[in-house]
Amino acid sequence: MTIKLGVPSKGRLMEKTFEWFSARGLRLAKDGSEREYAGRVDGLDGLELVLLSAGEIPRDLAAGRIHLGVTGSDLVTEKLSNIDATVQALAPMGFGGADLIIAVPQCWVDVDTLDDLDAAAAAFRKAHGFRLRIATKYHRLVRDFLKANGVADYQLVDSQGATEGTVKNETAEAIADITSTGETLRANGLKILVDGLVHASQATLYKSRVADWSDADRAVMAEIETRLEL
Amino acid sequence: MPLAAPILDEARRIRALFDATGAVGVSADVLQPAETLLDLYGEDIRARAYVTHDPLKGEMMLRPDFTVPVVQMHMESRAEPARYTYSGKVFRKQEDDPSRPNEYIQVGYEVFDGQAPVKADAEVFAKVSEALEGLHLRAATADIGLLLAAVKGLNTIETRKAALLRHVWRPRRFRALLDRFGGRVAVPATRKALLAASDPMAAAGPEIGLRSMADVAERIAALKEDAAAPAISGEEIGLIDAILTLRNTAPNALGILRDIAVDLPAISDAVARMEERLEAMARLGVSVGSLEFEGNYGRTSMEYYDGFVFGFYAAARPDLPAVATGGRYDALTRVLGQGRAVPAVGAVIRPDLVVQLRGQA
Repeated sequence: MTIKLGVPSKGRLMEKTFEWFSARGLRLAKDGSEREYAGRVDGLDGLELVLLSAGEIPRDLAAGRIHLGVTGSDLVTEKLSNIDATVQALAPMGFGGADLIIAVPQCWVDVDTLDDLDAAAAAFRKAHGFRLRIATKYHRLVRDFLKANGVADYQLVDSQGATEGTVKNETAEAIADITSTGETLRANGLKILVDGLVHASQATLYKSRVADWSDADRAVMAEIETRLEL
Repeated sequence: MPLAAPILDEARRIRALFDATGAVGVSADVLQPAETLLDLYGEDIRARAYVTHDPLKGEMMLRPDFTVPVVQMHMESRAEPARYTYSGKVFRKQEDDPSRPNEYIQVGYEVFDGQAPVKADAEVFAKVSEALEGLHLRAATADIGLLLAAVKGLNTIETRKAALLRHVWRPRRFRALLDRFGGRVAVPATRKALLAASDPMAAAGPEIGLRSMADVAERIAALKEDAAAPAISGEEIGLIDAILTLRNTAPNALGILRDIAVDLPAISDAVARMEERLEAMARLGVSVGSLEFEGNYGRTSMEYYDGFVFGFYAAARPDLPAVATGGRYDALTRVLGQGRAVPAVGAVIRPDLVVQLRGQA
């Protein structure tokens, strides 16, 4: 048996993950050509590298198909129920930072807080006959956040991309989306609510609580923990 | 988990008790239009109910309860007074606790009677109590009508009352609003700047989206009205707090509420109703002397319940949900009847929990 470590299969997230492990004495590398999704770990037996889509890593951790996984904390909180029973966050990795925020049109000069959003939603529903639409792909995170803050009279509409454009296109009145700089928001005439930070995400190393851990796996894991200073 | 057969037997036993009142047996489709439930309860219900998609009818929900379809059916028939009973499965997502079932039977009893609402309250409570006899459950009661009346009686502008009434079922937001209207927390910096600006629209930029500049201007006017209005007094907020923190036996609670009503006459009618209800319950054999009253009970789980509310719990099993819950939901009939309200009260019992508790006794 080997411990399987799931890592995003491409882009900056993969490179940064490789760098993070390398700085801690674990060399991860992609096998063969650029296009191949196989990898290896140099210098530690019993640890296997699996390259996966970042979006699938939460589910693979929860199903126990991988023992360790690197992915954004936003994806894990959005996709997994009963999180504490299925995964354990071992280390925030300090990159891949992005904030899930709620943004509204700049022309809503009367709306800067969740309290304002709630009041505007009530008035909007009365005037327009339907619940104020918030476009997002992070349904669960946004819903839990708005519930915890007592915002009502809104509806979530699904938007899997170009979410910032939905307000201009009049398919939503507000959005909840990931932003790293806020440039795209401003360019689309939107502003972030001052208390509208739903989730501050970063790449995080997770351990699956439901995967099979043999004695040999545990010994390898102890070695990993030493090297990673966990 | 108890076996299915004893649960079905128990459901039939409870159902027979409700049938004996002359209640009409009704059923409801498992698949309900999602739109109705979403409009009533908002997006939050997606966390509790299963949503599925039909190619012709669009989004559908596996019924999370029977109350909404029963009310809709009644609003169409208009026959009154009416009593209904039903027994069937409801479906609930369990996001946090995998040990709780995702589908279970509810046996329900609903009374639509505008002539004698207080008697109907007492009747429903007594019927449920009778069905659960011998289980030694703790009954919690409250009356959301008291809180609604107290808010309506506040000495402040209508928009504030409307905002508070809208959030009666969201205690955190209710509290935040009360603190704001009472001047107990500072006005947010962004709002201060907006109200101080000579031309609030100066930085608005281009208008995008469906919420128009007229909508924005209307809200700014409302904010100005709010800023000019005096704060809700500390005494009045104290009276609301006194209602919300009330925890006592029903007769003692009634005495305390009578005292509160001296300073807050708006709740007098609701207090009188509570007294009548306790008398009606006593006549039906309920031992009201030991009944618990909790001013804050039923605010988070029972949106649209706007009067008498109650729940039966196993004192020795705090991990279990309520064995039975019920209450008055005139507000729900008003929303579903598009303005035409019918006083209505009802309750549901979970036979699976009854069987489980009996197995331990």
